[in-house]
Amino acid sequence: MLKINIIAGLLMLLSSFMLSAAIDVYKFDDPEKEKRFHQLAFELRCPKCQNQNIADSNAEIAQDLRTKIFQMLNAGKNDNEIVDYMVERYGDFVLYEPRVNPQTYLLWYGPALFLVLGLGVVALIIRSRNKQYQQGNDHQPSLSNSEAKALDGLLKTKSGKKQ
Amino acid sequence: MNPEIGGFALIIALFLSVVLALIPIYGASTANEMWMSYAKPLAAGQFLFVFISFICLGYAFSHDDFSVVYVAQHSNSQMPIQFKLSAIWGGHEGSLLLWALILTGWTFAVSRFSKALPLDMLARVLSVMGIVATGFISFLLITSSPFARYLPRYPVDGADLNPLLQDFGLIVHPPMLYMGYVGFSVAFAFAIAALLSGRMDAAWARWARPWTNIAWAFLGMGITLGSWWAYYELGWGGWWFWDPVENASLMPWLVGTALVHSLAATEKRGVFKSWTLLLAIFAFSLSLLGTFLVRSGVLTSVHAFASDPERGFFILMLLALTMGGSLTLYALKAPNVKSESSFSWLSREVLLLINNVFLTVMAVTVLLGTLYPLLIDALGQGKISVGPPYFNAVFVPIMCAMSIAMGVSVAVRWRESTPKAVLDKLWKPAVFSIICGLLFPMIYGNGFEARVFLGISISLWVMSSVVTEFIGKFRNAQSITSRLKQLPLSYYGMMVAHIGVGVTAVGITLVSNYSEERDMRMQTGDTVEIADYQFTFQGTHVVKGANYMADQATIVVAEDGETIVTLRPEKRRYNVKNAMMTEADIDASLFRDLYVALGEPLEDGSWAVRMHYKPYVRWLWLGGILMALGGLLTVADKRYRQRSARQEPTNA
Repeated sequence: MLKINIIAGLLMLLSSFMLSAAIDVYKFDDPEKEKRFHQLAFELRCPKCQNQNIADSNAEIAQDLRTKIFQMLNAGKNDNEIVDYMVERYGDFVLYEPRVNPQTYLLWYGPALFLVLGLGVVALIIRSRNKQYQQGNDHQPSLSNSEAKALDGLLKTKSGKKQ
Repeated sequence: MNPEIGGFALIIALFLSVVLALIPIYGASTANEMWMSYAKPLAAGQFLFVFISFICLGYAFSHDDFSVVYVAQHSNSQMPIQFKLSAIWGGHEGSLLLWALILTGWTFAVSRFSKALPLDMLARVLSVMGIVATGFISFLLITSSPFARYLPRYPVDGADLNPLLQDFGLIVHPPMLYMGYVGFSVAFAFAIAALLSGRMDAAWARWARPWTNIAWAFLGMGITLGSWWAYYELGWGGWWFWDPVENASLMPWLVGTALVHSLAATEKRGVFKSWTLLLAIFAFSLSLLGTFLVRSGVLTSVHAFASDPERGFFILMLLALTMGGSLTLYALKAPNVKSESSFSWLSREVLLLINNVFLTVMAVTVLLGTLYPLLIDALGQGKISVGPPYFNAVFVPIMCAMSIAMGVSVAVRWRESTPKAVLDKLWKPAVFSIICGLLFPMIYGNGFEARVFLGISISLWVMSSVVTEFIGKFRNAQSITSRLKQLPLSYYGMMVAHIGVGVTAVGITLVSNYSEERDMRMQTGDTVEIADYQFTFQGTHVVKGANYMADQATIVVAEDGETIVTLRPEKRRYNVKNAMMTEADIDASLFRDLYVALGEPLEDGSWAVRMHYKPYVRWLWLGGILMALGGLLTVADKRYRQRSARQEPTNA
């Protein structure tokens, strides 16, 4: 218990250095590059932080990586080259936008699949209910006024019994 | 003595909740009125003792009793009193105690305000809540008692609360959020009671609905406050990070939104009953999952202030039991639940179903994205991250599709509408939204922008379709005022909530597309221009706070040469933990925020300064408030209050 507390305390201490926003200043000769810089820093995860991109993190490594991006941009590298460079060093972990590969098919295509399945089920339900409706098998329409009154009556009666 | 009283009260509460979990529900199944009638006093007793326990912890905090481990770790004598008190839920143990307090509070409220509920139903509902309380209070006592002591040698002063949490946000955000999380336990208990008793009719839906709406409104408010807090406190100017902890609160909210709509259909038309039950089970299960994710530390997150695998395991067990038990019960009993009516292919029922599919898929997407890294890791396939770019790419299109369906749903009637009638109602708002969406980026921005067009059109569509429908209600009315009074409050609630969705969507669209941000190195006297505002840095000076020292900068903002505001962002160093904190300063207004955060001092005496221009950012939270307000308005509808006239059902 005590050990855990100490570890928790240490973690807190470590994390306390990240509380301030990372603000540093790069001079870009081209606003297009500045935009790409922000985009890249937003999409890359700081490899050592809890859950922060390298734009927001104040950790030393994030600072270094920002500088690295800045240098690579100025050296005329394109976005893919920069991202590849980062992945080569730190693995897929640094990508906040995971690459589409067999490992992530479920992640990327899952939502669309679920949507299609869900809408398919709904279509089936609608078909059967619509058929019932057209055939006039509508046993109990919506609460009409008299029924609403009956319901209120039911609510008012002292009933512990099932209706 | 005081902490021991707190611990002892908690033990008594545990005994009461065990009895509550067993006796009334058994009485209900054997039709024993006396045993059923134990439910109410037990609910009251349970609440009272958890409350005493909570007061004891509060007393320990306010009187700086650092012999209590939890207080010593989360407080400090220098802290202002409001933060000492809100530090009660600044860590794991106290958060759980707050959870338990709110849970027993909800239980007590149900026992007090459900006078129309038949005794057997009430007994079952309260017993199910007693089961949940048993789980949580034993969790508290076994793994995370906030009353453990450092004895005989205890620290002279406390370790201080994480400075990030020493803020107004901590006072309001967690209690709101927990009110929502735990509030879904009421909907859950009603669902289980319905499955047990086989009673699942319009009356049931009418009982369950107000509780569900209140919980949903609180959760929405909690999320809104959390977003606002992160925005001004973290110093990054972001308002949503797709952080696992945020996702953990978003999932129950999405499912809860589906539940609120499904319940409306169940009450009005007697349809989707088994689906409503399932949603109620899942809304609460996801709340538990959220607690598990936050408290166990399986997911790394900026919010992970306290996490511990053993505790995570306990919550996981609770979750497994809750879900396993309730889903088994559901599988056994739900097939007996039959819908009472049918509907045409073009009816509000259909639109609500579609809306439910969208909301559920959104919740599943968030779940998938949040858990996928864990899954890949568990399969030994390495470490990946899933972050904002993924969620934005997948979530936003579904959200757009749902919003389009939302506009249609208000124009469609229950049971059946003709396509012509729907088109007649909708073509005007559709044309209006598209034209405004086209014009807006040209007038407000620098030319056409597809994303702005889409966002604005959809937001306006959501709002204008509701307003058109509302105006349509007056077409044949003799007098406007009498018609205004005639419309049920739940209708106004729906309207306000839907407009809230539109308002939030406007905020998201504009703040994402037209924000400007600059990080600058500034020396005294330097001026930077952002979005027609000139920011002039006038140096820093040292300020002393209650428990911190700060460098405070003075930044004068001018528009067209005329000074409009002076902003004073701070860089604070908290005495106890020696932690640095960025305290941003914001000039807020309805149409734009000016946001300034102070970075590091640089070698030559200049400072790194971050300046944001955030158009319409307030609309995000304004919409959130409107949605919550809509949920509450619905509850105030008189059809939920009529029964208060009748006397107590319990007099066995």
